[in-house]
Amino acid sequence: MAKVTIPFGPQHPALKEPERFDLTILGERIVRLNARLGYNHRGIEKACEQRSYISALYLIERICGICSHSHATAFVQCVEEIAGLEVPARARYIRTLIAELERMHSHLLWLGVAGHEIGFDTLLMYTWRDREVVMDLLAALTGNRVNYGINTIGGVRRDVSPEQCAEILRGIDTLEERTKYYMQLATEDAMLAERLVAVGSLCTEDAARLGAVGPVARASNLNQDVRRDDPYAAYGELDFKVITDTHCDVYGRVLVRVGELMESCRIICQVLSNLPEGPIAVKAPRKIPAGEALTRYEAPRGEDVHYVRGNGTERPERVKVRAPTLANVQAVSKMLENNYLADMPIVLAAIDPCFSCTDRAVVVREAGCVEQRMDWKALRLYGIEWYRKNRGIDCSKIKLRM
Amino acid sequence: MRKPGAMLSEVLPYIFRKPATRDYPHMKAEMPAHFRGKLVSTDAKCVGCKLCIKDCPAGAITITKVAEKQFEITIDLAKCIYCAQCVDACPRKVLASSANFELASLDRETLKVRITAGPPPAEPDAGEGPAPEV
Amino acid sequence: MGYALFNILVFPGLLFLSLFGMLAEFADRKIYARLQNRVGPPWYQPEADFIKLLAKEEIVPADADRAVFRFLPVVALTAVVCSSIYIPLWSRSALYSFEGDVIVVLYLLTLPTLTFFLAGWYSNSLFAALGAVRALTQLFAYEVPLFMGILAPAIVASSWSLSGVAQFYGAHPAYWIFNLPGFVVCLVALQGKLERLPFDIPDAETEIVGGTFTEYSGRLLAFFRMTIDVELVVGSALLAAVFFPFGLGLPPVAGFILFLGKVLFIVTLLAVFRTVMARMRIDQMVEFCWKYLSTAALFQVLISLAVKGVILG
Repeated sequence: MAKVTIPFGPQHPALKEPERFDLTILGERIVRLNARLGYNHRGIEKACEQRSYISALYLIERICGICSHSHATAFVQCVEEIAGLEVPARARYIRTLIAELERMHSHLLWLGVAGHEIGFDTLLMYTWRDREVVMDLLAALTGNRVNYGINTIGGVRRDVSPEQCAEILRGIDTLEERTKYYMQLATEDAMLAERLVAVGSLCTEDAARLGAVGPVARASNLNQDVRRDDPYAAYGELDFKVITDTHCDVYGRVLVRVGELMESCRIICQVLSNLPEGPIAVKAPRKIPAGEALTRYEAPRGEDVHYVRGNGTERPERVKVRAPTLANVQAVSKMLENNYLADMPIVLAAIDPCFSCTDRAVVVREAGCVEQRMDWKALRLYGIEWYRKNRGIDCSKIKLRM
Repeated sequence: MRKPGAMLSEVLPYIFRKPATRDYPHMKAEMPAHFRGKLVSTDAKCVGCKLCIKDCPAGAITITKVAEKQFEITIDLAKCIYCAQCVDACPRKVLASSANFELASLDRETLKVRITAGPPPAEPDAGEGPAPEV
Repeated sequence: MGYALFNILVFPGLLFLSLFGMLAEFADRKIYARLQNRVGPPWYQPEADFIKLLAKEEIVPADADRAVFRFLPVVALTAVVCSSIYIPLWSRSALYSFEGDVIVVLYLLTLPTLTFFLAGWYSNSLFAALGAVRALTQLFAYEVPLFMGILAPAIVASSWSLSGVAQFYGAHPAYWIFNLPGFVVCLVALQGKLERLPFDIPDAETEIVGGTFTEYSGRLLAFFRMTIDVELVVGSALLAAVFFPFGLGLPPVAGFILFLGKVLFIVTLLAVFRTVMARMRIDQMVEFCWKYLSTAALFQVLISLAVKGVILG
């Protein structure tokens, strides 16, 4: 039987965001995976260079809808480090609170998506119904269900009142019960086990070699978590477990994420009971002094790295974001070796891909080559010519409404 | 012991319960307090410092001077990202967030919200002068 | 002659089966939704879907075989409606019956699956071809248990005609208890035939986009979906006729209502299965069907032989 190459994407019902994976299959077995990223590149890093730091913060927050607080906090920690600002303790605790609520929201969303990819829509509906509890809590605390906008340079923008604390604790109680049910379901259901166990295996050495981060690494028994290894916000003062698992496959990733849901409930209870009094922000200057900083943050998907360089003006000189999915997507090709085509959606979903976070521009310069730059008009003409030559499609008559 | 269909005992009672879906738009969704919806004006008066424009990430605000010490704020709801940075940045607290999120419109022009400045402060009385113009 | 035409085309033929099929689809989707704590569609949703699809543009891929591509939905719908005329619905005999019509009914019910395969193959599209191959692989997995499960009660009844089976069980009502293992086997295999969860592998949306129907749109897709609805009803009616053969002597109206009740009961069971299970992989499904389902069906056949030999012999 001949090998067939299937284009998985960029438009595909299994993918929530566009990326292209060319799968070469023999019958139903996957032989090779060729990933082509970049379909979601929006030029955010360049756009940040043309905005003030506070405007850039809102732009960075919108890199992703699910890990928006991760990106915003990492960015603002970089800027505070360059400016030498001392963030008050209460602000750090509130940031941690929102971070853990975001982690719960993200993992519940992921459980639903994983269920949908294997055709188990009931799990999708139930986890997303329970996720509404977190969304309502976040809307009450921050003013919006996603893109919370709680961070400002020097602290947070809103305070947490005692009534809100009580409401959060009630919500967490409900969620803890539901998470226990999902843990029980993951261990009891035979069909979940059939579809998830021994699928997408990634042994510990490969996970370390390919640079996997976050729950993917922890499910392959790599004990790494930025919250414990390089504490930021209030994590240095809190007591929590890092969940690892030895299964090294998709089932392990499910167990790690459900375990992290339980841990997040506990962390939130600790934060609320130890919330220190004090101001919620310090005044930040408009002009951030020259300097550079790099921070790491444990987003729900893994280690998120931000780098900011300031040059004493109101605008950042360079912003660089390395999202966790970029580190994990290298491992997908190894995970899919000797797996079936039917496993492709769930294995891809198991790294919790967020391609909006991932796509950044990378300049690869070989020694001695001339850099070629094109402006917008030249790029458009180049594109029209390419399509005319290679695909036989003539796009020159399309009028742009700019 | 693993069995197929482990969700059955959880799922069956729901056939008799009310669905978790809210019947929008017949039942309106209650937004929490401090929800960041459409921007509205408070009674305070804009002095034209343009700090809100400086910090707006989307460039949605324009301020035009209509008279001496009177400014008109135009907010383009189509561009606004509802971050409420302008609410925080304004030193006079002229803008505030409302809970209105049902902002869809068929015409871009209706999405430009104009907030006119409040009445000018009363001129100090110079003896028996005429009543100040409002 | 006119009376026969009325029976085949209107009642209980094409028109009645289409409407009942859409009612069954509504029942299935509503129960599925309510079990998931959602509201679910209104009663007219399947009709609305059908009318909407009729109004859409029909796109035939450039390299596909036009004639076969457009002819296949008709073949599928015809086969399914034809098979219903041999199934005793609410009386002891079907519209038409002859010795051997069990085989004819099962063969006519296999035809839609073959048309799904051909539809995917002739679409000249990658995803459709994958779906088509999966449909055929699935056919080899569930056909044998389904056939054995349907034949087991026929063995006890010593008849190769579904009407004969119904008459036998009408005379000896208690014997349908022995067919319960076969009922479970056939219920599981029916899900494979109807390509429903957990066996909706040929139509796995998240894996191969649309499966066999990827390139179908407009009227053609409307008729394929109508075929699937009617297959749901006819398959359930077949199971009801073979495994629940009680109450077949009742007066027409009561018998009709009992028939509706039996079919909707089976549809409810199928909807509950769809809710609590995930999709299986094709290799897991083939393994499951040959290891466990066929063994259970064989077991049922042995029970039937024992019943026939010991009790009746």
